[in-house]
Amino acid sequence: MAAPGPIIQVDGVSAYFGEFQALRQVTLTVNAGQRVVVCGPSGSGKSTLIRCIYGLELFQEGSIHVDGDQLARDRKSMRAIRPKIGMVFQQFNLFPHLTVLENLMLGPVRSRRMARDAARELAHSYLRRVRIPEQAEKYPRQLSGGQQQRVAIARSLCMEPKIMLFDEPTSALDPEMINEVLDVMTELAESGMTMIVVTHEMGFARRVADMMIFMDHGEIVESASPERFFSAPESARCQDFLQKILHH
Amino acid sequence: MPRKFSTFRITALAAAAFGLSGCSANWGWYVVNPSTQNGLNNLKFLLGGLQYTILLSLTAITISIAVGLMVALPGLAPGRFLRSLNRGYVELVRAVPILVLILWVYYGLPQLSGLSISVFWAGVIALALSDSAFEAEIFRAGIQSIDKGQYEAAHSISLSYTDTMICVILPQAVRRILPALGNQLVYMLKMSSLVSVIGMQELTRKANELVVTEYRPLEIYTILVLEYLVLILIVSAGVRWLERRLRADERN
Repeated sequence: MAAPGPIIQVDGVSAYFGEFQALRQVTLTVNAGQRVVVCGPSGSGKSTLIRCIYGLELFQEGSIHVDGDQLARDRKSMRAIRPKIGMVFQQFNLFPHLTVLENLMLGPVRSRRMARDAARELAHSYLRRVRIPEQAEKYPRQLSGGQQQRVAIARSLCMEPKIMLFDEPTSALDPEMINEVLDVMTELAESGMTMIVVTHEMGFARRVADMMIFMDHGEIVESASPERFFSAPESARCQDFLQKILHH
Repeated sequence: MPRKFSTFRITALAAAAFGLSGCSANWGWYVVNPSTQNGLNNLKFLLGGLQYTILLSLTAITISIAVGLMVALPGLAPGRFLRSLNRGYVELVRAVPILVLILWVYYGLPQLSGLSISVFWAGVIALALSDSAFEAEIFRAGIQSIDKGQYEAAHSISLSYTDTMICVILPQAVRRILPALGNQLVYMLKMSSLVSVIGMQELTRKANELVVTEYRPLEIYTILVLEYLVLILIVSAGVRWLERRLRADERN
């Protein structure tokens, strides 16, 4: 069901934070409908990579194209690209002063210029999809971490993006809440959404990924199908990493 | 309701202290005794300044909050030029004593601009200008205290800079700086007494004028103290009420 051609094209991207090189010549192609799971030790550049694709982080070399548009730091290209991508953060980043419903409606009303009634309909439909329709009138801090993260996913979906990026979406959650978030993400994957997920949840990766990427020291060390990746990783660093997180 | 109780207790204590000492021979409360015609007239004269004190302070604080916010925003910009504009304004305006600013605006500015400025507007301009530097610093601190993730989340739903500020950042920042804003309003009410020097008929000016005719500074200035005390207690209660209301979503 994937449409032909790349929807994200990362070409030789390098990013520096002062002296520190966070990304080294990263090249990555993601096709529409593809689900990419990125893993690697902390500080390996996985978050930086998706934050670069999202325009939250500057990169100094290379280029990134999203759905045919080149990512640049000017307002015009940001306005073209931003609505195509949704992003879910490790810390949820819900707006604490707004109710769940208002969190969801803000984007559609303010940046998509939807009528309030239509935006409310849309918000309710996505709340049903993440299975918390009954929490619409509550404030974020009244919800559990898992519920908050599902609200954050619904908030992104309300912008009806073509691509969803997840930056360690379950790392800030208590263990018993991880699955409710992963279930929602699995459903989203089954619906055909293009996704790049930074996570250490390897069970989830096996279920939904059609490409696995292992990063270390700012480089993509290995990229393979999940079957190859888990059964016969090529590089020693990747083997070592998988050993550590799979058999602890 | 411990908060209400303590406010009430302080007021009662102050009133009792004044009442007790008022019994001694040094006091001549007849000058403001409402049961005599003269005392009643004097009281009315003193309270005649109330509306100007309130109007002056409220107009000035409204303008200074607006100007303060406008000055705070460039202070948060990434570029050095905008930030130095903010610093320059804050350092310059903050360095001028309010009394000096009042005199400069009332006597100096008309010569510079060729326009005559009424006592009221001279007072408003001077108070607002002076306070705006402090408001700017308060807003900057409040906005800087908001987590970076809130900007990223606003970015993630494609909000413009203006929408990000109005819908996401400022509502949260204002909640945090409300106590500081309340402080500034109290400060403004007190500083409005300085506008009496250019002839503004507010509370302090009225008291000064009555002292000149009645020669009872102790009683008249004591009344003046009480007038400011009551005004400021009302303002404090109002700010507290607003704080509680805005914190509704933090209750759980």
